[in-house]
Amino acid sequence: MPAHTATAALEPPAPAPRPVTGTTPAERHSLDVALQGVGRSFTTAEGPRTVLRDVTLTVSPGEVLAVIGASGCGKSTLLRAVGGLDTAFDGRVLIGGSPVLPYDERTAVGFQEPRLLPWRTIRRNVELGLPRGLDRAEGRERVHHLLELVGLAPFADHRPREVSGGMAQRTSLARALARRPGVLLLDEPFGALDALTRLRMQDLLLDVHAATGTTVLLVTHDVEEALQLADRVLLLSRPRPVPGGPDPAPGATVGRIVDVPGPRPRDRADAGLARLRSDLLEGLGVESHSH
Amino acid sequence: MSTSTTVGAPETTPPPAGASRQETLSRPGVRAAVGLAVPVLLLLAWWSATAAGAFSAVQLPSPQAVVRAGVDLAERGDLWTHIGISTQRVLLGFAIGAVLGLAVGSALGLSRWADALLAPLIGALRAVPSLAWVPLLILWMQIGEDSKVTLIAIGAFFPVFTTVHAALRHVDPHLVEAGRAFGYHGLSLLRTVQLPAVVPAVFSGLRLALAQAWLFLVAAELIASSMGLGFLLTDSQNNGRTDRLILAIILLAVLGKVSDWVLGLVERGALRRWG
Repeated sequence: MPAHTATAALEPPAPAPRPVTGTTPAERHSLDVALQGVGRSFTTAEGPRTVLRDVTLTVSPGEVLAVIGASGCGKSTLLRAVGGLDTAFDGRVLIGGSPVLPYDERTAVGFQEPRLLPWRTIRRNVELGLPRGLDRAEGRERVHHLLELVGLAPFADHRPREVSGGMAQRTSLARALARRPGVLLLDEPFGALDALTRLRMQDLLLDVHAATGTTVLLVTHDVEEALQLADRVLLLSRPRPVPGGPDPAPGATVGRIVDVPGPRPRDRADAGLARLRSDLLEGLGVESHSH
Repeated sequence: MSTSTTVGAPETTPPPAGASRQETLSRPGVRAAVGLAVPVLLLLAWWSATAAGAFSAVQLPSPQAVVRAGVDLAERGDLWTHIGISTQRVLLGFAIGAVLGLAVGSALGLSRWADALLAPLIGALRAVPSLAWVPLLILWMQIGEDSKVTLIAIGAFFPVFTTVHAALRHVDPHLVEAGRAFGYHGLSLLRTVQLPAVVPAVFSGLRLALAQAWLFLVAAELIASSMGLGFLLTDSQNNGRTDRLILAIILLAVLGKVSDWVLGLVERGALRRWG
């Protein structure tokens, strides 16, 4: 596979999101994301250390982009730059055509941990995500609707410690949706869940995407999950040194961008997906054992 | 899921050795009765020692004499004046000191700049022994309510300041970041995420502050006052009225305990809400 990847970044955008019926126009609100030469270096005791460099990519409105890569290759770093949680990156991030702002309110983040306020009920935690200045009645209505969407209405008045990990993560998802983000950023949101709950959450995410049409950037370490959910998969990787050649520049960058064929929900046993899976696993440096 | 296994775990572990004794103590009334045993024994020892004539009335009056002194003062109305004015000073000083401690502790706990600028000064002020302020306060504010309430507020300020300041540094950074990500910053972030997260620490600071407030009350009233329980202490000492002196000490113990108990009730409610 090609180690030089600037060409891959110029691939045409993914197919348009599938049409959705039964949603109001206000809920169909999605923005594109343009990454232009995005990189990030951290200062360490041994001097600057480049984690990520030269990521150039456009995500079209309503697209689901999965970001995969070995651990420590800057997946979360990239996501934090898009959400405005980190502003010290190089290059440019444009959301809907204008530069990302600190803690950009056009985006919403679902963290790897639910990060719920333990003293608030599930309902009040979802309310935390409402935009400032929203009419009270409208906010209540929206939270109620979201709790229904993620199946937590019967648990609205429970505290986070009284519900399961999967329910806490669903609360976190509802909280992120409460501000009607143009771009939903999910940082390994299902990574800490058991396998069965994870499959249910993946289906829920597809429902949510169908209902809201929002653009989704999903960081995951699970190739299976990426192929199940995404329109395209971005593989971040460090170029391998060529024997005898110069050392490659430090930091991970775009390794591959893969279009995932087929409408969702996809058959988890599809042969085409199996081939893509072994390709991507190889890109992650894992033998796929598909002799 | 993993939670179901952890929920089942306590049932299968054998009870610890001292469990039955703990159960007896947790029965309602038993604990209170056990706690009263030693004070009642002391009271009996006091009574029998004075009844046997081991001490003069100036050295140690009998319990009955102390009660009589209390009834006498109450009938003249002085007792209520002393208790009322002392309680008022403590509550005012405590409220002012606690609010300031909360505000300054929040500012220094949240802003690195404020912390760098003010933390050394506040640390130095905390090192000043309480009584050292008295002459200066009297010089500036004369002998009156202002100087006393100020001294008590100084005493209440530091425990609240210290606990809030330290606790805010240790609020889960993940929760703070989540708050910021959803558009909270500055005061709204403090109100929504940081202060609720430090409620348990705030209350332990408040209870320390209340104890300090009573301590500083007596310091203020011992030195310059014409009313209050501290005045009753010095006045009784000068007149050789040991019965009234002991009465004042018992009243301070009771008032301190009752105010701490009330604050403890508020704390329990707050911990149910935010804990």
